[in-house]
Amino acid sequence: MYPSRFRYEAPRSIDEAIALLQDGGGEAKVLAGGQSLVPLLKLRFAAPELLVDINSLPGLAYHKVDADGTIRVGALCRHADLERSTVLAERQPTMAAVAPLVADPIVRNRGTLVGSLCHADPQGDWASVVTALGGYVVAQGPGGRRNIPIAEFVTGPFQNALGYDEVAVEAVIPAPKGTPAGGYLKLERRVGDFATVGTAVAVDLKGATVTRAGIALTGVGGSTIDATDAAQALVGGPLTADRIDHAADLAAQAARPRTDHRGSAEYKRQIVRTFVKRILTRVHESTERAA
Amino acid sequence: MSGLFKEVQDQPAADVPTRRVSITVNGQKRVVEVEPRLLLAHLLRQGLGLTGTHTGCDTTSCGACTVLFDGTPIKSCTMLGVQADGHEITTVEGLAGPSELHPIQEGFKDEHGLQCGFCTPGMMLAAKALLEENPDPTEDEIRWALSGNLCRCTGYQNIVKSVLWAAKKLQPQDAASSTGAPS
Repeated sequence: MYPSRFRYEAPRSIDEAIALLQDGGGEAKVLAGGQSLVPLLKLRFAAPELLVDINSLPGLAYHKVDADGTIRVGALCRHADLERSTVLAERQPTMAAVAPLVADPIVRNRGTLVGSLCHADPQGDWASVVTALGGYVVAQGPGGRRNIPIAEFVTGPFQNALGYDEVAVEAVIPAPKGTPAGGYLKLERRVGDFATVGTAVAVDLKGATVTRAGIALTGVGGSTIDATDAAQALVGGPLTADRIDHAADLAAQAARPRTDHRGSAEYKRQIVRTFVKRILTRVHESTERAA
Repeated sequence: MSGLFKEVQDQPAADVPTRRVSITVNGQKRVVEVEPRLLLAHLLRQGLGLTGTHTGCDTTSCGACTVLFDGTPIKSCTMLGVQADGHEITTVEGLAGPSELHPIQEGFKDEHGLQCGFCTPGMMLAAKALLEENPDPTEDEIRWALSGNLCRCTGYQNIVKSVLWAAKKLQPQDAASSTGAPS
């Protein structure tokens, strides 16, 4: 399979990249890890006139934690960097849990978190995690930078809110309102397949009390599902068995699964319930042990 | 397929923008003129004649086309040739020394780590990167590291054994003798 013809530029600065995108006038596409874009080019689902390869831009390969606990992930930070990150392992368990489950180890060496969000695949794992954590994307264009909350950033399947002359330079997870806990569980037929069901759960705890919660679902609807009712049911109290069961039921109700070759709708809904319960029960048990 | 590469080389007409790319492949500097849409896998195979890099699925699923990009395994069907400009690529042809096989190749030979052999180059390069990062991996760690490489013969058991064999062989001699390394 060969992509259609395109012009290729590998700018050395973000300003140069933005200028190229302006010249492209909507017919240009940004290339970062390329693990979704290159397959789309090969299938000719995408046929841009100009490809702006940002892999030579300096200073975008980072992920870091600010003093207040805000997490920042640059546009060239690969999944593998996050998978091996001691910072995430210590500070952000939901992100640490999903990193090793994205695609397969070789794809993770190239693919990026920010690129996953831009690609806006309804079955993307990172979108659910960033949704559960209430994150946003920083877009840089000719007029400067703006922050786009993840719910507004993804405008539809494979569509995002970036202007044609903007580059997504960073994804940001706001500082936690307590001790962050949670996880990500993914059911897949084999490594590298899309999720049959993916479930992101993120809670912040002060003592035993949940101060903030987010639950988002992958693969059980036409887009990432933000299970706000389920998350809200957890806030303000401890993670008792009853409260966990209630949240798991609400998350299962929020799912909009379809029966397909990966499983029946009923089965997928049951997996959502099981995964939410499993993650929250583990959080509860580890906080009990720590107390 | 070979048509495309010729077209790229012979037809630098104004409507076909090409770029000059300088890549170090298996330690040797190669300068080529390519159309940007040429995939790295095809550049290696048709352009440079390094047909040890196999293209299996062409959809980023199978890992047969795995090469090392500055030492890191990547799927060469999912990267453009122009992106390799200024970088180092190692293909399976770069594994063996002038007169002896690489220990990973020896391992695959000794432990019957291949049947049809189609996935083998990708498996060996992914294994090389693993052993450089983790010289003494467990069986689980090997399975995890190779989980992006598919073997349609389903010969995974012996592939894992081959990598374990190579890990022992690659360990320093004194450590190796105490763990009963292959001789």
